[in-house]
Amino acid sequence: MSVLVWIEQYKGHVPNVSWEVLGKAKEFAGALDGTLAAVVAGDNVAAVAQEAFAYGADKVYAYESAELADFRVEPYAKVVSDAAKTAGATIVLAGGTTRGRDLAAYVATLNGWGIAPDATGLSLVDGKLVARREVYTGNILADVTFHSDVQVASVRGRSFSLPEKDGGKQGELISGDAAVAEGAAKSVVEGVSEKESGEVSLTDANIVVSGGRGVKGPEGFAPIRELAAVLGAAVGASRAAVDAGWIPYDHQVGQTGKTVRPDLYIANGISGAIQHLAGMGSSKVIVAINKDPDAPIFQVANYGIVGDLFTYVPALTAELKKRG
Amino acid sequence: MKYIVCVTQSPDTAELPKVTVDQAESGNQGLELITNPWDEYAIEEGLRLKEKQGGSVLAITVGPAGTEGALKSAVAMGVPKGVRVWDDAFAGSDALAIGRILAAAVRKEGDYDVVLTGKTTVDGNGALVPVALASALGAALLSQVAKIVAIGDGKITVERLVEEGREKVTADLPVVIAPVKEINEPRYASFMGIRKASRAKFDVWDAAALGINAGSVGAAGAKVAWGNLSKPPAREGSVVLMEGETVEEKVTKLVDALMAEKVI
Ligand SMILES: Cc1cc2nc3c(=O)[nH]c(=O)nc-3n(C[C@H](O)[C@H](O)[C@H](O)COP(=O)(O)OP(=O)(O)OC[C@H]3O[C@@H](n4cnc5c(N)ncnc54)[C@H](O)[C@@H]3O)c2cc1C
Ligand SMILES: Nc1ncnc2c1ncn2[C@@H]1O[C@H](COP(=O)(O)O)[C@@H](O)[C@H]1O
Repeated sequence: MSVLVWIEQYKGHVPNVSWEVLGKAKEFAGALDGTLAAVVAGDNVAAVAQEAFAYGADKVYAYESAELADFRVEPYAKVVSDAAKTAGATIVLAGGTTRGRDLAAYVATLNGWGIAPDATGLSLVDGKLVARREVYTGNILADVTFHSDVQVASVRGRSFSLPEKDGGKQGELISGDAAVAEGAAKSVVEGVSEKESGEVSLTDANIVVSGGRGVKGPEGFAPIRELAAVLGAAVGASRAAVDAGWIPYDHQVGQTGKTVRPDLYIANGISGAIQHLAGMGSSKVIVAINKDPDAPIFQVANYGIVGDLFTYVPALTAELKKRG
Repeated sequence: MKYIVCVTQSPDTAELPKVTVDQAESGNQGLELITNPWDEYAIEEGLRLKEKQGGSVLAITVGPAGTEGALKSAVAMGVPKGVRVWDDAFAGSDALAIGRILAAAVRKEGDYDVVLTGKTTVDGNGALVPVALASALGAALLSQVAKIVAIGDGKITVERLVEEGREKVTADLPVVIAPVKEINEPRYASFMGIRKASRAKFDVWDAAALGINAGSVGAAGAKVAWGNLSKPPAREGSVVLMEGETVEEKVTKLVDALMAEKVI
């Protein structure tokens, strides 16, 4: 019996959520007296496999071929299914990234297994997986239980803490049969126009600094970005700012944007509409800077400053710089 | 070319915070339902494809009598025809089964080129149906599509939003596309469209018409169950507003508070 985790990689870089999930899976493998297995696919995954051992995997199933170089959901679902069967997995987990959510659902559908998408909590009850989910856009919590022998879940980033890394740890490297994926791909990746390097990903960020209609224009994001830079934070935005064309859509936080749950969310010139709260309401600490003392954002904020963001955001940046 | 849009109803987004555990448990009973907001982008894109490339658009929903609302929105926006798919055997289906039922309906319609779905439903938040649908059809799954770059000669090229940036992908038709909001600005229903929708009658396809084995879907075929529903805990306490004589004093207090919270 084993617990299997898909380790996502893009050009050899693994998103933190894969390790967070591996850390949680280690607890389950322990409780079930089973093996902690990881599966990696790509055209050159040796380094990622080593990293998986360092983060706690006992076994790594590595599938390597030119066809697996780019993530496509169909061939990846084949190799993850193959690994799950070879490893005798009863629990199969993936990070809830764009790719991970598609992949976990595809694996479930290929094999007739139950799936809990975008879980924010996982536990074992009588040896069976129970996945906690946010439904109704964060307004209801539900526990998903499974009627299938194999239980699949994708897990939202930052639901679990990053496990300790032990660089000396070794494990059993098993080379998977990449031929199971042959001919499965239904698309060709022509290329990725990557974001500027150094830009912190919203869903991974410990801190998010956001701007709304109150920033008044594309230039208004300059002080927001400066504050984000001193904090090592990601830049977020309300839909109003995105729809106005001041910042690209992939910065949008909320019901029709991204869901974030950083340790600190700083909302600047954002009123706090429920659709915005849907994307950031479970942040640990929320700070609001807003001219209007009656703005609904103050009902969810822990700390607030009533005032002009063009005064307070630069002052905050300066204070943080002063403290180093 | 033939385009198919899959649409469903969901609670009004403004009402979501008020949804009770009982309403969620009962499958939205007593709630005001609207067309799932994400499905409007799918409808709009289907209409744009038809307007640019020619061909037909069909809207499909899976749901019992009384759930025609999303089909009506599609008609009001300009989709000529809608079909409701239902059989009592479908009650209690999980998302993967809904995907298989939709796949059977799409196959019955015949040579389709593009199936569009919403990115997710705002109540279930699963984003599973497009995956199950694509898998059951054996068609390429293109999720998070921000732009259709080109379509023709049996191929489609799109831009998808992935964590690292924008991914350009080409696939052979047919495909299943789940767009993100950036793809378009859904049109408003026209006056004529609304009149047409109010009179529209929709064909109903049942399990027999689709050749679906009743045991494979519905409550009996479900692989997961939702239980133990609850409202998330309310955020504790009330906001602490920074007071002070000067700007510097207020931001200093804020930084102190955030350091005490250990979040910076
Ligand atoms: C189906 C649907 C989905 C939606 N999805 C999303 C979503 O994903 N994300 C999202 O954010 N919204 C979403 N919305 C929109 C949402 O309802 C709000 O319209 C939007 O969040 C408002 O953005 P805002 O707070 O920036 O603007 P406003 O509500 O206009 O608020 C601007 C705020 O800035 C303050 N302000 C102005 N000038 C200053 C200044 N100089 N200094 C300090 N404060 C200042 C004002 O007091 C005000 O509180 C959705 C709506 C619908 C119907
Ligand atoms: N009952 C249904 N009938 C038709 N389409 C549906 C149905 N349920 C979901 N869909 C489609 O699948 C998308 C994603 O749904 P979900 O997987 O439930 O988040 C929706 O936006 C719809 O386009």
